[in-house]
Amino acid sequence: MNAQSTDIATYNFAYLDEQTKRMIRRAILKGIAIPGYQVPFASREMPMPYGWGTGGVQVTASIIGPDDVLKVIDQGADDTTNAVSIRAFFKKVAKVDVTTETARATIIQTRHRIPEQPLTASQVLVFQVPIPEPLRFLEPRETETRKMHALEEYGLMHVKLYEDIAKHGRIATTYAYPVKVEGRYVMDPSPTPKFDNPKMHRSPALQLFGAGREKRIYAVPPFTDVVSLDFEDHPFEVQTFDQPCALCGAENVYLDEVILDDHGGHMFVCSDTDHCEKRQADGQHGHLAPETHSASGKMEPVE
Amino acid sequence: MTDEPLLRVSALSKFYGSRVGCENVTFDLWPGEVLAVVGESGSGKTTLLNCLSTRLLPSSGTASYRMRDGQRRELYRMSEAERRFLMRTDWGFVHQNPADGLRMTVSAGANVGERLMAVGDRHYGRIRATAVDWLSRVEIDDDRIDDEPRAFSGGMRQRLQIARNLVTGPRLVFMDEPTGGLDVSVQARLLDLLRGLVTDLGLAAIVVTHDLAVARLLSQRMMVMKDGRVVESGLTDRVLDDPRAPYTQLLVSSILQV
Ligand SMILES: Nc1ncnc2c1ncn2[C@@H]1O[C@H](COP(=O)(O)OP(=O)(O)OP(=O)(O)O)[C@@H](O)[C@H]1O
Ligand SMILES: [Mg+2]
Ligand SMILES: [Zn+2]
Repeated sequence: MNAQSTDIATYNFAYLDEQTKRMIRRAILKGIAIPGYQVPFASREMPMPYGWGTGGVQVTASIIGPDDVLKVIDQGADDTTNAVSIRAFFKKVAKVDVTTETARATIIQTRHRIPEQPLTASQVLVFQVPIPEPLRFLEPRETETRKMHALEEYGLMHVKLYEDIAKHGRIATTYAYPVKVEGRYVMDPSPTPKFDNPKMHRSPALQLFGAGREKRIYAVPPFTDVVSLDFEDHPFEVQTFDQPCALCGAENVYLDEVILDDHGGHMFVCSDTDHCEKRQADGQHGHLAPETHSASGKMEPVE
Repeated sequence: MTDEPLLRVSALSKFYGSRVGCENVTFDLWPGEVLAVVGESGSGKTTLLNCLSTRLLPSSGTASYRMRDGQRRELYRMSEAERRFLMRTDWGFVHQNPADGLRMTVSAGANVGERLMAVGDRHYGRIRATAVDWLSRVEIDDDRIDDEPRAFSGGMRQRLQIARNLVTGPRLVFMDEPTGGLDVSVQARLLDLLRGLVTDLGLAAIVVTHDLAVARLLSQRMMVMKDGRVVESGLTDRVLDDPRAPYTQLLVSSILQV
């Protein structure tokens, strides 16, 4: 090991150079000014492959300051490889405090979930987005989808929902469920479960979306209307679970199925691990809670 | 009916660089009238149709359209948003190749329903009922409503394309060789269907065709084009029975089969 590779001072604060951060901040500000509009930006190479949240990482890197407290979740969990490595990355390149506690975080970078605990106006939620264009599914031409956004031609989104109902008898889209932002732009909320869509509506927290490979940033400012698309006779509904979390007994939260053994044994537990642990620490129990409750009772969710 | 043409076209020309697409075309189209545009390959039929439907901007000339509210608007001065709105509400465009006018990866029902959703219909049951109705009007069994057009024959695809265009009750439909790629018996059935729909709905239409029989069957009036120019126009029966321009005489006498 030479001295250089161990010397964190060789990194610029939060890895990106100041000029890149300024460029990304300008894109973010434009996104905030036009809620739901996809702003192109010059996505940079990051020391991780696309598909690992490079868009979210660049957004986080551009807004993070030395006093921020960062939380990173992947599918609701703080302890997956992806979340751990992004957290470690910022701990190293920005020397920021990191946490798994939702309430303590000032910036939460996420893939696929919004925390169960309501966010506040002093928090920023940064989404990692793989495919930012909600119209892509039916219209592959980028020139055409841009025009559709510009002219507010969103009939196609309902074609997609129509197809769902025709095929499945109901709107079967459960992830990346399209929303209309502030009555204007249709937006892909990233592959979060539709369960989380209502949390975006008039959220006090600023919500930022970064798509690295596709080079797009978009935003939902605090207290902005975010309405899920639907039909009058097939209104938007969130998933419901017919049982509470097996570990903490929480209801009205998003649950993951966890396989317990090779014989079909399984249980449903909070996908938000921090939420679950906090409830157990507060003495709440589900029917499969370990005898002596502790954080080690937590299990890895399956895909 | 009304004392004003639906479409008024004046000295329309389109050049591709120095090559003539169509040149100095002038005519009026009245509500409910079907105009056939015939001519040999390269005579400028598609160019003219694309200019009229604003899919292409002409090099010079004007075209005005009488909107549903009675206002006359210059087509080439409208904003793109207005033109696109017109195209999916008051107009239809039937392509020769159905794949160009259909969404091949969504169901027949969604293909028909798309325009309704585009103009804000948000009731699934109503959209579907309208789709069923339109499929039956173009003689597609309602048990095919959830099939993708990929699974349809050429004739069915063309009928689906027609239904998709007519669902919003347009007043003007542009058709480019609507029976072009189909074999003879399928063509005949489609022509019958088209004729019935055009009459029932009181549609105005501009139909581009190579085929004089199609012009005879569908249109009241026709224009004959050659080298981008209109060489003869008039009532279809008159032009076909008593052609005046030498080129038309050649066409009609079948010496020159277009
Ligand atoms: N995009 C283009 N660029 C250059 N020239 C073109 C273009 N499209 C058409 N042309 C030319 O314009 C003339 C008219 O073509 P157009 O396609 O309008 O004829 P058409 O009557 O529809 O022919 P067809 O019966 O073969 O469809 C032809 O000389 C053609 O080569
Ligand atoms: Mg042509
Ligand atoms: Zn729980």
